[in-house]
Formats: sequence, C-alpha cells, structure tokens
Amino acid sequence: MLEVNKETFEAEVLQTRGLVAVDWWSPKCDPCCELLPEVEKMATTYGDRIKFVKVNVLENRRLAIGQKVLGLPTFLFFKDGEKVAELSGAEVCTAEAVEAELKRLV
Amino acid sequence: MAERFDLIIVGGGPAGMTAAIYGARAKLKTLLIEKGRHGGQAASTEEVENWPGAGRTTGPALMKQFREHVEHLGVTTIREEVSEVDLSAPAKVIRTKKGAEFEGRAVILCPGAEPRTLGVKGEGRFRGKGVSYCATCDADFYTELDVVVVGNGDAAVEEALYLTKFAESVTMIVIHPMGTMDANRASQERVYANPKIRIVWQSVVEEIRGDGIVESVILKNLATGQLSELPTNGVFIFVGTVPKTEWLTETGLDLDRRGYIIADPETMATNLDGVFAAGDARRKWLRQIVTAASDGAIAACAAEKYLTEEEHLQQEVLEPKEPVLAVFWSPAVPASLDLLQRAERLVASLGGRVKLARIDCYKSARVAARFSVTEVPAVVLFEVGMPVDSRACTEGFDHLEEWVVSHIAAPTA
Repeated sequence: MLEVNKETFEAEVLQTRGLVAVDWWSPKCDPCCELLPEVEKMATTYGDRIKFVKVNVLENRRLAIGQKVLGLPTFLFFKDGEKVAELSGAEVCTAEAVEAELKRLV
Repeated sequence: MAERFDLIIVGGGPAGMTAAIYGARAKLKTLLIEKGRHGGQAASTEEVENWPGAGRTTGPALMKQFREHVEHLGVTTIREEVSEVDLSAPAKVIRTKKGAEFEGRAVILCPGAEPRTLGVKGEGRFRGKGVSYCATCDADFYTELDVVVVGNGDAAVEEALYLTKFAESVTMIVIHPMGTMDANRASQERVYANPKIRIVWQSVVEEIRGDGIVESVILKNLATGQLSELPTNGVFIFVGTVPKTEWLTETGLDLDRRGYIIADPETMATNLDGVFAAGDARRKWLRQIVTAASDGAIAACAAEKYLTEEEHLQQEVLEPKEPVLAVFWSPAVPASLDLLQRAERLVASLGGRVKLARIDCYKSARVAARFSVTEVPAVVLFEVGMPVDSRACTEGFDHLEEWVVSHIAAPTA
C-alpha cells in the first residue's frame, strides 16, 4: 500500500482520476494498527478498481488537519480528487464498514 | 458441522482473556472470540497505575502481555463478530457475522462496555472532527492546541493528565460544585498540581460548535444558568460507559434496566444454565482491569465446575437405561451419610435393577436446586433421564426400601 505524505498527497490523491481510499493512521493508534492488515488485504482484492494509500498523521499533522481529519482511525474516499465518503472513529471505522463503502463505490 | 468446544468466551478484554487463561489451564478446550483488537477498553487507556505489580504502565502494553499469555497457553482465538447466539439449550450455539458456527458446552460473555455519549447538539456531527472518546488515539492532533475534557471520573482525570503531554491547555468541565470529583484522590491531586489543567466547576456542555471542525463549546453554569462560549480545538468526552449487550436482549438472558448482565456475584452464573458473565458488561460495583480479571477467573472456574457436574449428572443420572436412585447428600450432614449407606445396601440387594447416584450437595448446590432439592438428605428416583418421584428425608425415611421397590415394580407410564 502506497504511503503518501504532505509532499505527495496532492499528486497521489487530489490529482488522481478515479477512486482513491486514504487510510489516516498513526503507529500510536491501536485501532488503526489493528485495522491496517485488514486494509492491506482489501487493497489486494480491490486494488485494480480503487487506489489505496495511507498517511501517517504523526508526520503529517498539518495535512491531516487541512483535510479536516482530527480523529483516528479515519478513512476518506476520493473520486477524481473530490471527497465522496468518510468514516471516522474506532466504532464507526471498522474493517466491515470500510469494505461496505468500497463495495458501494466500485 | 459446528466445531465443538468445552468453553466459548465472547469478548477479548481483560475479563475474557483472564477467563481464557484459566480455561486453558483447566485443560478445557477453549475458544476466545474477539471482533476487533484484544484488550477492550483497557487497550485504549493510556495511563494504568493500578494493576498490581506493574507499577506505572500503559493499557496497550499491559493488554499485549495479556494477549501473549493467552497465546502462549494455546487458546484458540478467532477474530470475528458474534451476530447470533442460542444459549438456552445445553449445547450453546454461537454464530458469527461471517457465518461461522461454534458449539460450546459452557459460555462466558464478556462483551464489555463502550464510552457513553453526551447527547448534545454537535456531538455526532463533529465526531472525528474534534470530538473524541479516545485520548490515546487522537491526542497527537492537539499538539500545542487547546482542548476540553468533559467528565470527572477516573477515566476523565487520567486522560486529561495524558493530554497535557500534547495540548497547550486542558480545560476540564466538571458537573459537581467546586472541589468535588468522582475520580480517585491520587489522580485528583495530580490534576490540581498540573499547571496546564484548568477546571470549570458546576458546568455542563450544552452544544459543540464549529465549521467543519470543532471551534467552540457552549457551557452552562448549573448554579447561575448562565451560558458562555469557550473556544477550543477539541472535545474529549469521558462520562461513563454503556454495556455492549444489545445483541443479547432476545436471548432470555437477564439484563437490568440499563442493559447490564445480571449474574451471581459469587460465581458469575447468569440465569441461563451454563452461561456466565464477566467484566464491565456485568452489573457490579467497581469496573477496573483488576476486577474484570477477577470476574474472568471466577467465571472460568465456575464454568469448569459446571461442566464437571453436568458430565457426572449425564453419566450417573440421566443416561442409564435402568431406574436411578439419586441420593442428595452432604458430608456436612451426618444423617445423610446413614441414608447413603442404606441406599447402597438396597441397590446392591436389588442386583442391578436400580442404579445408585450420589449427588454431593455441598459441592453441587446448583444440581440440587435444578431438581428442587432444598434440604439434605433427599432422594429422587429417575427413569430414563426424568425424575419420577422424590422424598425429603430430613426426618428420616423408614420406608426407603418399599418406596424404591414399588416404583421399579410398577410399569412405567
């Protein structure tokens, strides 16, 4: 899964045609770390139809706040650079919820 | 075909993991089902200073040790969400969302609890946009920013202290009059001594406001009724918990008005035979990692005892094709020993037409209660697994021999 940061976010997400799923995580966030392997699996399953990237918010705090991400774990879904869906918080942002959103979007 | 286990534990927090440790050590074939990460709420609690022997540690670190301990003992662990249970029959069926099915002879429910929401305007809309229930997860965002903590219990106070490592300022909103908090004394002292923490007493949050992300909270002073607006970047809410038991409401399990599972505080047994409850979802007085672990240990030992009793009952009383004379005795009641001796002689004299079963009521009060035996000694006669007649023998039973013979001579209805 592609790791993006404040330098590459613009090109890899906002300037990308089609669907992009952005996993906002931090190594200190346990729910995020539990979710990550599941997301890696989904990236293999859906990778041909949707681009998966992840952002470590510890190193990209400004970028996160700029995207109005203020809680973890958060998933943002973009289509042609426009945000189309969002899941936020450990109770809401579960592997099942992410997969349901993927199925809806592709 | 559902895979069968002696013991199925639902929920992998401190209660469930401790139950798994005790189950595995009792050589029970144990399954632990956890839908997300192990450790429950403890896994998202940064500061832990009251787990004996660990000194000052963190929830995630402690829960990692729990998990390693469980894995080391060879407990089968699966990561799935339970969607459906049938707990009333002796063979309890657990189905998961992904469609797996398991059968357990005993079940321990440890679903835990989750943070309670405030229920104020803006709370839902700004979740993940400045409203948080997990300081460990989100504290980093607030480096050099200002945050509000709502609540004044142990969790609120400990998380407020943790947040001071990141935030520029932490303002606690406390519903009680000045000087009163629900948290333990030691933590309160640390709050008062921390220069980054400010306390707004006798006030509640009325509304959370912002434009895309949180910008302020509206506070109401309960003494004066006055409203004021406090600019802030984040709102951390720690106002107690609610049990995660909604999925259990139609199972016949006794829950209290607030949804907590009602279990016997001595054995963790619920109203359903072979079903036990442990941890924060149980109605209890103190909810801590150490009491969750205690619940788990008791529940697993009680489950083991239940399984042994059930096995004994099946083999000795319910399965034999011959009539069974069950003597409910107790080592603490001398008269019951005499009765037991008479019953032994009688059964021997009848040469295999009747079997004898000894039920020690001192050890198995539950089995006695199941067959409505309230006083020891007592005798119950079973035919093909059903009780057909019983006698309390506290005043002695001179006609035991005739009573038994009359039953086995008579044709069974």
